Amino acid sequence: MPDWLIVRTFWDLTVTGLALGSIYALVALGYTLVYGVLRLINFAHSEIFMVGTFSALIASTQFLNIPMLEDGNYPYRTGGTLVLFLVFILFAAMFISGVGAVALERIAYRPLRGNGDAFGAIALAFLTSFVIGLIFVNETKANLIIACVGTAPISYSYLRFFKKGKKAPRLAFLISAIGASTAIAEAVGIWGPNRREQYQTPRILEKKVLFSALGTDVRIDYVIVIVGALLMMTALTLFVNKTKLGRGVRAVAQDAETARILGVNVDLIIVVTFALGGVMAGGAAMLFTMVYDQSRFNIGFILGVKSFTAAVLGGIGNLKGALLGGFMLGLVENYGSAVFGGQWKDVIAFVVLLVVLMVRPTGILGESLGRARV
Amino acid sequence: MTNEVLLDFNNVTMQFGGVTALSDVSVKIFRGEILGLIGPNGAGKTTCFNVMTGVYQPTQGSVVFNGSDITKLKRFQITQSGIARTFQNIRLFSEMTAVENVMVGADARKTSSIPAALLRTKHQRAEEKESYDRSMELLNLMGIADRASDAARNLPYGYQRRLEIARALATEPELLCLDEPAAGFNPAEKQQLNELIFTIRDRGYTVLLIEHDMSVVMNVSDRVVVLDFGKKIAEGLPSEVRSNPDVIAAYLGVPDDAA
Amino acid sequence: MSRLWELWKRLQSLSTDVQVRWKSMSRVQRLSGYVLAVLALYLAPWWPKIPGIGWLVNTPGTQFSTVLNDQVIIFVLVALGLNVVVGLAGLLDLGYVGFYAVGAYVVGVLTSQHASLPWLVVLPIAVVVSMLFGVILGTPTLRLRGDYLAIVTLGFGEIIRISAKNLDWLGASRGISDIGRPPSIGPLKFGVIDPKPYYWLGLTLVFLVVFCLHRLEESRVGRAWTAIREDEDAAELMGVNTFKFKLWAFAIGAAVGGLAGAHYAGKVGFISPDNFPLQLSILFLAAVVLGGSGNMYGAILGGIMVAWLPERFRNFTDKRVLVFGIALVLVMVFRPEGLLPRRVRTKSPMKSASGGQEVAQ
Repeated sequence: MPDWLIVRTFWDLTVTGLALGSIYALVALGYTLVYGVLRLINFAHSEIFMVGTFSALIASTQFLNIPMLEDGNYPYRTGGTLVLFLVFILFAAMFISGVGAVALERIAYRPLRGNGDAFGAIALAFLTSFVIGLIFVNETKANLIIACVGTAPISYSYLRFFKKGKKAPRLAFLISAIGASTAIAEAVGIWGPNRREQYQTPRILEKKVLFSALGTDVRIDYVIVIVGALLMMTALTLFVNKTKLGRGVRAVAQDAETARILGVNVDLIIVVTFALGGVMAGGAAMLFTMVYDQSRFNIGFILGVKSFTAAVLGGIGNLKGALLGGFMLGLVENYGSAVFGGQWKDVIAFVVLLVVLMVRPTGILGESLGRARV
Repeated sequence: MTNEVLLDFNNVTMQFGGVTALSDVSVKIFRGEILGLIGPNGAGKTTCFNVMTGVYQPTQGSVVFNGSDITKLKRFQITQSGIARTFQNIRLFSEMTAVENVMVGADARKTSSIPAALLRTKHQRAEEKESYDRSMELLNLMGIADRASDAARNLPYGYQRRLEIARALATEPELLCLDEPAAGFNPAEKQQLNELIFTIRDRGYTVLLIEHDMSVVMNVSDRVVVLDFGKKIAEGLPSEVRSNPDVIAAYLGVPDDAA
Repeated sequence: MSRLWELWKRLQSLSTDVQVRWKSMSRVQRLSGYVLAVLALYLAPWWPKIPGIGWLVNTPGTQFSTVLNDQVIIFVLVALGLNVVVGLAGLLDLGYVGFYAVGAYVVGVLTSQHASLPWLVVLPIAVVVSMLFGVILGTPTLRLRGDYLAIVTLGFGEIIRISAKNLDWLGASRGISDIGRPPSIGPLKFGVIDPKPYYWLGLTLVFLVVFCLHRLEESRVGRAWTAIREDEDAAELMGVNTFKFKLWAFAIGAAVGGLAGAHYAGKVGFISPDNFPLQLSILFLAAVVLGGSGNMYGAILGGIMVAWLPERFRNFTDKRVLVFGIALVLVMVFRPEGLLPRRVRTKSPMKSASGGQEVAQ
């Protein structure tokens, strides 16, 4: 994370801490949802977030054709155009992240549950022949061709394997998640825009000071982040509490077998869960790029760990807990940096995690998704 | 059956959140007896086991074993004090062989640890041999020694049940708790099980038995305790309990297969 | 595709043939077989020179013996250690690079940065300190559920790296240079150019570790670990002090990791925080999982693969981490046990000395 935290006063730290925390909170929602439903730490969720940031970036530069201009000469937009652009970028990020999450589930997790499907078989076959091709040649176009050629025969035998419905042990899910996370990050680092370097976003929102209070200037982008996060959180809560699919999510989180017997389409619910998490991550991604104006292929990892920390802090499986945990972590990290120095920022998150898990393994609000204390 | 109290389950209440699984249950188990614990589904029988073996900490009450309060001990310490159990759903170490499963139990009494294993001290080698011999002997007692080197998951159901008992016995307990050992057995196997339980008692162990099958419980137990909705509703000789109106009411009629 | 499958099946039947043949050999024959194998391993630096098949193992672009030492032996050692933690005891450790770094930094600090002790003297200190770190990390965290343990250990690895980067007395970003080398004995000169003596030292360490781990596995310790991995609650109810054994697994894993780090530092002479990134933990885990977690020989095979393959097929070194990420997913989908799955020991434990039958699962 860039060191834009050159703030000094307590309230400064608080405002930026809450903004930072909002992003953690939104990403934490994805972790907490998937964990509540599948008891799985979706390691690759942080990469879904990272992909979202790149989608936001690409959406602004390629689709909206916003030029990248130099310092002091930003391509600001205002009024209706601004809102329209922001909304477009938001939906782009949410869409890509949501789709990515669903694809991830089909490829890296569903086969391990014993019901791998054609999509997963084809994707895995493509990856397999891509990797095999790398043994002989390392040139992207050639590798892609080899990959396409190999996909058909390999996916056929993979599908036959999937029919057996073998269920993998729990450790395997975690390792598959780690593998997926690594692969996605590396793929972006290898082929993404700017490769492994930082990637700048055009800044369309002029970061004017919205108002001053308690001795600090509150910038509009911070306000948007915090308000935006709260809005998305509210929308998610409404969905989970009021809709049929949402009830299904809570039911499966509590007892998948019973839910299945009662007619709930568990596979669909799992897809919905991943989609929800992905969409939230996409929202976080857009807000992130709005504030930081940049991204990088490896920002996923550290942000993911911190967001997972936030989820655990608030109570894994608990949506409100994710929000609380996120805000808390953002604040603690800011205050801690001010006291110990910015370079120890990441260490603070880990130490907080350890302390919380020692003292209260179920987190502050402690309940799980199924118990509808959401 | 003696008059010495081996286990004193004292006014135990077990609550999980809003659910009361056990409500002020008191049971005394005498050394050398076979005590049957029965009751309809959900009465709290397995919860009793779990409290005794340290899986749960009781909300109220205490468990005194051989004169010492074991309520706050860790699970493995309770096992080392002398209480062993089997499980309702078989929980063998499926990848290990039968004899290895039993050896894990026998290891409970062994003192050699990592450094000794690395250096292969005389003490450690003696303990290994002793574990192995004792485990084979228990497998023989259970009648399953012919498949000692087979992976536990490959054993037939009856063997698996008996293996669990062998493993529990390997920990050299004074009290052996059997959780529905007859589940899934046919009448001939149940008869064998009855004889096995008598043999175990004759060897000096005290047995606590949860069972639904009346043909096993009523024939084998010296005394019977009946639970319903977490409360003890009857206690006494099998014949007394069988004709107790409260018990009959709880079961809505005791099943007629008490042969 | 089916041709690859046929090749695999042919390899499998070959290995069973070899196993059958092996069992029918006398003790003397088997002993000489082992001796020959060990000798062949010590002669590995010259394998590429074998006419006809030498090219199979050669690593274009880098000197073969450098690869052997700097990468293969290190990964094999690390895989052995991590296998104890992940494969035997079933604890997911994602920060193993931390112990590796501790070993390397202890050597760096005591032979160069703050003292000038000889490498050989510092080696056991490095191992002990790593072990201590293992105990320090394990004591509060091993009571956590498996998933949480993963994140916490990952954090530990990063804390080690970040601390090394920010603390001046650990060299900060500059790192530590002029690290002491193993002592030169007779014809074995541990210099800067020739990696062979380092390889032989490393290989000897591997044999030592394998010997010790084997002893542990074939004892109540190994049984306890397997029981904990299979059903921790049942193990505890059978009298196994699960916490103690889990902590020991952690400590032993840490010790071996520190050993690997110390060896690494002794060879390269210079270490910096950048040598110990999170990706390395992932590679370590990949080695264990791909080779076969829970199986010592699987771990060795995995370590060899992860270290040697990218060098053999120099092509894709820049995509190495990508490939391993994908490989992890593929292996978990199709063969979660890894290449050499955990052996179900159908031999009687007492007969293990003379070698009974082993059926690979």
